[in-house]
Amino acid sequence: MTTAPESIVSEYKYGFYDPEEALFKANKGLTPEIVNMISDMKDEPQWMREFRLKALETFNQKQNPPWGTEQLNDIDFNDIHYFVRATDRDERSWDDVPEYIRRTFDKLGIPEAEKKYLAGVGAQYDSEVVYHNIREDLEKLGVVFLGTDQALKEHEDIFKEYFGTVVPPGDNRFAALNSAVWSGGSFIYVPKGVKVDIPLQAYFRINTQNMGQFERTLIIADEGSQVHYVEGCTAPIYRSDSLHSAVVEIIVKKGARVRYTTIQNWSNNVYNLVTKRAVAYQDAVMEWVDGNLGSKLTMKYPSVYLMEPGAHGEILSLAFAGEGQHQDAGGKIVHAAPNTTSTIISKSLSKDGGRTSYRGLLKVYDGCEGVKANVRCDALLLDETSRSDTYPTMEIDEPDVSIQHEAYVSKLGEDQLFYLMSRGMSEEDAAKMIVNGFVEPIVKELPMEYAVELNRLIELQMDGAVG
Amino acid sequence: MTALLEIKDLRARIGDKEILKGLSLTIQPGEIHAIMGPNGSGKSTLANVLMGNPNYEVTGGDILFRGESLLEMTPDERARKGLFLAFQYPVAIPGVTLVNFMRQAVNATRGHEVPIREFRETLFEKMDLLKVDQDFARRYVNDGFSGGEKKRAEMLQMAMLQPAMAVLDETDSGLDIDALRTVAEGVNTLMNEKMGLLLITHYQRLLNYIKPQFVHVLIEGRIVKSGGPELAEQLEASGYDELEAQLATA
Ligand SMILES: Nc1ncnc2c1ncn2[C@@H]1O[C@H](COP(=O)(O)OP(=O)(O)OP(=O)(O)O)[C@@H](O)[C@H]1O
Ligand SMILES: [Mg+2]
Repeated sequence: MTTAPESIVSEYKYGFYDPEEALFKANKGLTPEIVNMISDMKDEPQWMREFRLKALETFNQKQNPPWGTEQLNDIDFNDIHYFVRATDRDERSWDDVPEYIRRTFDKLGIPEAEKKYLAGVGAQYDSEVVYHNIREDLEKLGVVFLGTDQALKEHEDIFKEYFGTVVPPGDNRFAALNSAVWSGGSFIYVPKGVKVDIPLQAYFRINTQNMGQFERTLIIADEGSQVHYVEGCTAPIYRSDSLHSAVVEIIVKKGARVRYTTIQNWSNNVYNLVTKRAVAYQDAVMEWVDGNLGSKLTMKYPSVYLMEPGAHGEILSLAFAGEGQHQDAGGKIVHAAPNTTSTIISKSLSKDGGRTSYRGLLKVYDGCEGVKANVRCDALLLDETSRSDTYPTMEIDEPDVSIQHEAYVSKLGEDQLFYLMSRGMSEEDAAKMIVNGFVEPIVKELPMEYAVELNRLIELQMDGAVG
Repeated sequence: MTALLEIKDLRARIGDKEILKGLSLTIQPGEIHAIMGPNGSGKSTLANVLMGNPNYEVTGGDILFRGESLLEMTPDERARKGLFLAFQYPVAIPGVTLVNFMRQAVNATRGHEVPIREFRETLFEKMDLLKVDQDFARRYVNDGFSGGEKKRAEMLQMAMLQPAMAVLDETDSGLDIDALRTVAEGVNTLMNEKMGLLLITHYQRLLNYIKPQFVHVLIEGRIVKSGGPELAEQLEASGYDELEAQLATA
């Protein structure tokens, strides 16, 4: 928080690109032939091929969600490369990753972070995972951390048992799309009672122009286990748009604990339409920490289904929309068992005409007595041209519950600015300090390295925000 | 000799409403001045205008700080020149700890980064001086502070920033009897022969501890009477009515 502002550069610093050197790039367009080809190239079992083809039909039948359609209608699904293979191998050593790709991840600081504070790293470049590694001691304990394609090959039984059960292809149009053309993503299995003490991280990079990245992540935390998974993502700045549409499914078994942290920093030409959902069983804890700073349009509402008594769900959502950006974020909690508890905290910032929306659902089924739920949404507008909306939905079918809901929209306070400036801070530093304070409840939940990173990204977004 | 602060025929308004209507006041290094006046007479307006609050528009006159006009300077520039305002109603900055806030403020006013060690030592020393609990610095700035805690936090900031000219806008209001004494003693310790102090207050009791050489009465945007410490005692005894009546007939 006290970092000096001189280190700030005013551009999106991840906007560089590599010359396209893909081994294979599918033609644009979305057809059964393309889907079959993806399945062929991955040498998949027949059931997966059928799953994909059926999902494609579902996609074609479904409409875009009824909100945000003006922008979604701009997406031309036939103008996208659905599969781009950079290398046909998922390596365990950075030395074996093709050099131009390794350089990109070096620039993004991934191998260095891996050495310093991570238990394992996955790196996806366009459609596929190019690197995956996990600390040996964790592997010996039976922790599996693989690219999802590789996991399908090596752990088909457990894969098949859970894949598509939390987010079925028919859930929404983009879940169907992902189910048809998915590629890459992370697969994690943590055995009973194993606690992974430091985070596993995956980094997603789009390089090819006009491409779609459709990773698929599946996390299974067995009874009493614990894991923290972190994902980051960036892309080059191109004049044409790219599409990122992931599906994340998480199963948190009895007494287990999963935290899933996202620092989304796509360039402003990426549509980010993601379905993330977790189911939590008895006394399990599921936490989403969802930071959205980049992209052109993000539609993402991480969800937790609390299936058995004692389960707890938590969603911390942070969104920052600058010029030309719309962050439609929020969260959903479904209380499907008595004595379950949940918290949603949403913080959003808009500046330079950017738009943030909080879209939330809180549902309590009949018979779920003793539920406690707390929802709090704060929006901060940094100027007159920006916009923030709140769309909270509450479906409470049980009377014996305790629900709190608060929502505030405020403008960057002139009196706050004046107060800080009267203590010698420039207007810009004062605004940054107010914003840092505003997001503090979320940032303080992050491991130190990510907190620093997030604060830095916010400061970058803030640059030139005032004055 | 150049005055530390010279306010010359200052006029200022908020919206369409003129509040300061030709106010003049000169403060030399080492001097303590007190301003008293009825509610709404323009005391806080004066404080805000001195600090450069953009909500107020200066329509005439000048403010010179060591001979240099402040009018074109932003609030942060004024702070870096050595001006400090202890607010009557300090605002909360949720999520920002007092210690982080003061660190930035100290670095900003000094114009360079103060080593963290040195900063902490000074902070602990000043917290001792003002009898502030160490946990206090880890709380969010003014967020959920009691009235008295806010005033103490203002004084802690003043102690950390060591301004050349400090304006204290009703710092005594909200402090309990013991706190008032502690804070006043703290201010006396910080005061020196190079510094200027302008106390805005309603009550004589603060002036029992911090002794001004000059007392001014502000009514309807003008200083209507100036004198020594005895003026504050008179006012305490007779109120503003008598003075206003005298002015009306004069
Ligand atoms: N933002 C504002 N908009 C309109 N009028 C204002 C505003 N701020 C102050 N005023 C008016 O200006 C006048 C002077 O206010 P000021 O706060 O300077 O008084 P004061 O002498 O400090 O009073 P007090 O002793 O109550 O603190 C009052 O009539 C007040 O209502
Ligand atoms: Mg006042």
